[in-house]
Parts: sequence; structure tokens; C-alpha cells
Amino acid sequence: MNTFKGFVIKEFKQIYRDKRTLLVLFGMPVIMMVLFGFAIRNEISDAQIGVLDFSRDDVTQTLTHKLQASKSFTVNAWLESYEEVEDLFRQGNIKEIVVFEQNFAEKLEREGVADIQVITDATDPNLAKLVQAYTGSIVRDYVADLNAENGIEIQQAGLQPEVRMMYNPELRSVNLFVPGLIAIILMLISALMTSISITREKEMGNMEILLVSPLKPYHIIIGKVLPYMVLSIVNVLTILLLARFVFEVPFRGSNLFFFLEAGLFIMTALALGVFISSAANNQQTAMMVSLAGLLLPTVLLSGFIFPVSSMPEVLQWVSHFIPAKWFLVIVRGIMLKGSDLMLVWKETLILGVMTAGFIGLSLKKFNVRLQ
Amino acid sequence: MYDVAIKTEGLTRRFGDFTAVDQISFEVKKGEIFGFLGANGAGKTTAMRMLTGLLMPTEGQAEVAGFDVYKQAESIKKSIGYMSQKFSLYNDLTAEENIRFYGGVYGIGRNELPQKTDEVIDSVGLQSVRKKPVESLPLGWKQKLAFSISILHQPKVVFLDEPTGGVDPVIRRQFWEKIYEIADRGITVFVTTHYMDEAEYCDRVSIMVDGKIEALDTPKGLKQSFSCDSIEEVFIQLARSAERGQG
Repeated sequence: MNTFKGFVIKEFKQIYRDKRTLLVLFGMPVIMMVLFGFAIRNEISDAQIGVLDFSRDDVTQTLTHKLQASKSFTVNAWLESYEEVEDLFRQGNIKEIVVFEQNFAEKLEREGVADIQVITDATDPNLAKLVQAYTGSIVRDYVADLNAENGIEIQQAGLQPEVRMMYNPELRSVNLFVPGLIAIILMLISALMTSISITREKEMGNMEILLVSPLKPYHIIIGKVLPYMVLSIVNVLTILLLARFVFEVPFRGSNLFFFLEAGLFIMTALALGVFISSAANNQQTAMMVSLAGLLLPTVLLSGFIFPVSSMPEVLQWVSHFIPAKWFLVIVRGIMLKGSDLMLVWKETLILGVMTAGFIGLSLKKFNVRLQ
Repeated sequence: MYDVAIKTEGLTRRFGDFTAVDQISFEVKKGEIFGFLGANGAGKTTAMRMLTGLLMPTEGQAEVAGFDVYKQAESIKKSIGYMSQKFSLYNDLTAEENIRFYGGVYGIGRNELPQKTDEVIDSVGLQSVRKKPVESLPLGWKQKLAFSISILHQPKVVFLDEPTGGVDPVIRRQFWEKIYEIADRGITVFVTTHYMDEAEYCDRVSIMVDGKIEALDTPKGLKQSFSCDSIEEVFIQLARSAERGQG
């Protein structure tokens, strides 16, 4: 036991001595959090739009004001004709042009129907869709107000669905990113750092000395893994605190249950790290394999940024084998819906089985290497 | 008490079709300095890995410090010291921390450790730099430190895998003085080297070619039976007959 304690102390000392890595370990969660929280947003603010008003009456004026007054838009161009549209888009600043048809107010009053045309610059399709959706909701609001105030019945073409976004009504992207960030950072620290630190011992020749010594192989693995486990837990806490107090992400579920699930995912990542290090012979390989084999799929295929349901079928299949996908479902459930084990037992079970599998594989690999 | 520190009988290791170590048999007496020579790829490292419990033999018998390599690998690990050709200290830890770490690994108690640490620091002459990271020390000092650490727990047998690689002649000389010193204390030294002048310092020398031991005698005896002036000539004569490429 004394032997083992010495090993863990040495491991902590080495991590502590390596200031650059230490900075990365503790700085990364904060930087990523700030990046994803502030810079990378799915909501829009102050998008520049133009108005082409063929009618110039009270109603179109009010609608233009409404657009201008919303935080999402700034009306920056008043057009005279359709010819100007392309020029403006070519310049690149204006993202959308709202066109009101002639005699807008008149038609609205008489027929109950008036056309608004929305032209968007779809060079950035995501942005175009968002801008369109926001404009639509502002117009709908106005229509609803009109109906209520004046008792005028304005017909709307076809069925008008009433949309209600549950659990994240403001559609704040930071709520969505936090669980994904936790998964990514745990993959980076638990899997990548562990695999690098074990292969470093191999590369430097220390591993041979350790294997010749009375230390048991499992002592070495646990000793290597334990410090990164502690670091990972500290990082999960950092992200969670930032999320709650800086970005005001709701946390509806149980803290204890969250940490149990996070603990399970840390185990998954550590097992992957050990597995990689038992296959890779130097730090470079370990790093490349961790980045390409773990981090990329975690970012791209887990549903962190791109929803799994909109992937091609093949990739959807692949995503089933990515631990982060299941972890994301669990964490989003706990944080935003307040899920408990009853609701996410299936995902937990899958994650548990995966973890057990990886631990088994890496133990086998480690023993084979000794023969 | 035993008089034989290492004993092998037809020790063999195969990797698939390739026989890395082919039926080697030898005995090393207690307190002896045994030189284990061979060209690169002759099978030295594989043989050493079997004797240190890192690799299971395919067939044959071997005993180290009186323990069987098949059944008592754990006991062997406690009775041997090992220093590899690759540098084996932790560069980012200080000399003192390295000593304490390896001392701990070999189960030296907390009460004994401070005293042992001081002893090693004194014997290597590291008083002034004991709190500096090992990284900043010259290679020769590092090697001396690694050697002292490998015998910290008073092993019965110490395996030195090219301990003096890349070290200047003065330090090599000091190194061999230390080896003689521990051999006098009854520690058996099993050493590989590429420096043929060092082979002359050994009590007995074996030369491996293509996985087999082709010659085993005192340096003097070897020179006589091959009618050469130096071990180097003996070695070259044997190594030339090798069929395996340098690898």
C-alpha cells in the first residue's frame, strides 16, 4: 500500500511540475466555456436587414419599427426596387430583405390578407434560416396584437401551428453546449492525458523498470489513472459552476445523480485512455489516436453540435458506438429536464457496458504485452 | 545459502517462427561479474527480459537468486535490481525524489528512506544538486544515480543493460569501480556492454551469436582459445559468422 501511495504522489508531483500542461488542464475548460458560451451562438443579435417597402403606410411602418426595436435586427438599408437586392447581398453586410407589397394596409383591411416577402442571403444557410424564423415570429406577434386590439380578424393562410419550445424556451445555445463541453473536456483530460502519460513512461524507459519492480501492473495503471480522475472531477465542477453562475444554465436534476453519471463517463474515458496507451508505443501516436479516434467523433457524431437524428443513416449507426452520445442524452436530461435514473437507465446501462468492455480489453492488452 | 545466482538450462524463447534465444545454458556464481556480450539482435535483450521476469520463456529452465522464473517471478522481482540502457530516472523529479520514489517502489520503509537517500546522495556526490530536477544533471551523473538506485534495496542480483552507453571514459572508470565494490559485497552483477575494454573487467564473459551462446570463459581463457590479443578480436571473429543481420 505504501508502495502504491508513493506512486500516486510521484504522479501528482509530475503533473504539478509541468506548468504548461497544468495551464492547459485548468485553463481549457474555462476558455472553452467562454468560447462556446459567448462567441459561438446559435441565436442571432443585431443582424443587419433591409426593407423594401412598396406601400409606405401605417402598418408597414409599424412592422418595420417592430423589426428595428427587436434585439435581433438592425434595419440598415431602405431599398427602392428589387434591382438593389443582389447588390446589397453582394456587399455582404445585409443578411435579409423584407418586402412589403403595394397597398399593404389597404389589402389587409379589405381582404384580410397581405403579402410579406422575406429574401435571405443563404450563403450561410444556418444564419438564413434563423433570420427567417425570427422575422416570422415578430410578424406573427404583430398580427396577434392586431387581432386582439381591433377585433379585426386577419386570416392566415392555411394552418398556423402554435409553437412552444419546452425545457429551453429561449432556445439558448449555451444550455445545449454545456453538456457537450463536459463530454469533450472529460475525453481530453481523462483519455488523452492518461494515454499520453502512460506512453511517456514507455518512451522514457521507466515502464520497463516499473515492470521489473515488485509493483503489480494494476498498481501502475490505477496509480496513473487516479490523478487524472481527480483532475477530471475538478474540471466538471469548474464547468458546472461557470454554467450556473456565469451563463445561468438551469440545473433541474439531482447533483448527486449528475456526479454519479459523470463518474461513470470519467471511467469510460479513462478506460479508453489506458486502452490506447497499451496499443501505442509513443506519445505522438497516443495523441493522434486520441484526437482522431476519440475527440473528433465526440465533437461531430455525439450530437454535441449536429443533431444525430439529421445525420445519414450510416453515421447514425456509427454514433451508437460513441460513448459521448449516450452521456449527452443523460446530462441534457438531468440538467434541463430533471431526469432521474428511471428516465435514463437505458443510456446509463449502455455506457456501463461499454466501460466494462473497454476496461476488459485494456487489461487483456496490458497482460498480453507482458508475455 | 546458495552459491549459484543465475542458472539456465536450455532456455529458449520463440516469437512465431523466429527463435530469439536458442537453448542457452549457463551458471553465474554469487558475487561474480558476468559479462553478457553479443551483437545487436543476437538475443541479449530477450534473454535478459526472461531472467528479469518480463517475458515468459518458451522452454527450458531458469533460476534467478534461487527462484524459478515460471513460478516465482514475484520473488525474483524483489531480489533483483535493474538498470536499462534507456535512461530510467524521472527527468522532472529531483535526485532526492527519484531515490525516494524507487525506494518506495521496492518497499523500503518510511523510517529507513531518509537515511538511505542521504547515503546515495553522498556516494554519488550530489549534495549540491539534490534538490534540482534530474534533467539538469550531466549524463554521467544521471547514470551513476540510476545505478545507485538499482542497488538501493540490496538486491541479490543486479542486471545492468549497457550502463555506460554514451558516458566519458573517466566516469566509466568510476562506474566499474562501483561495480567491483558491490561485487565484493556479494551482489552478483549481470552486465551487457558494447565496450570491449569493459568486457576485460568482467570475471567471465559470454558471447551470444544468433541466439546461442558461442563462447563462455574468463577473458583470459577466451583470448587463449581463440588465439587473439583482445576480447574485441574474439568478438569480431564470432560476430562475423552471424547469419542474422544487424538489427
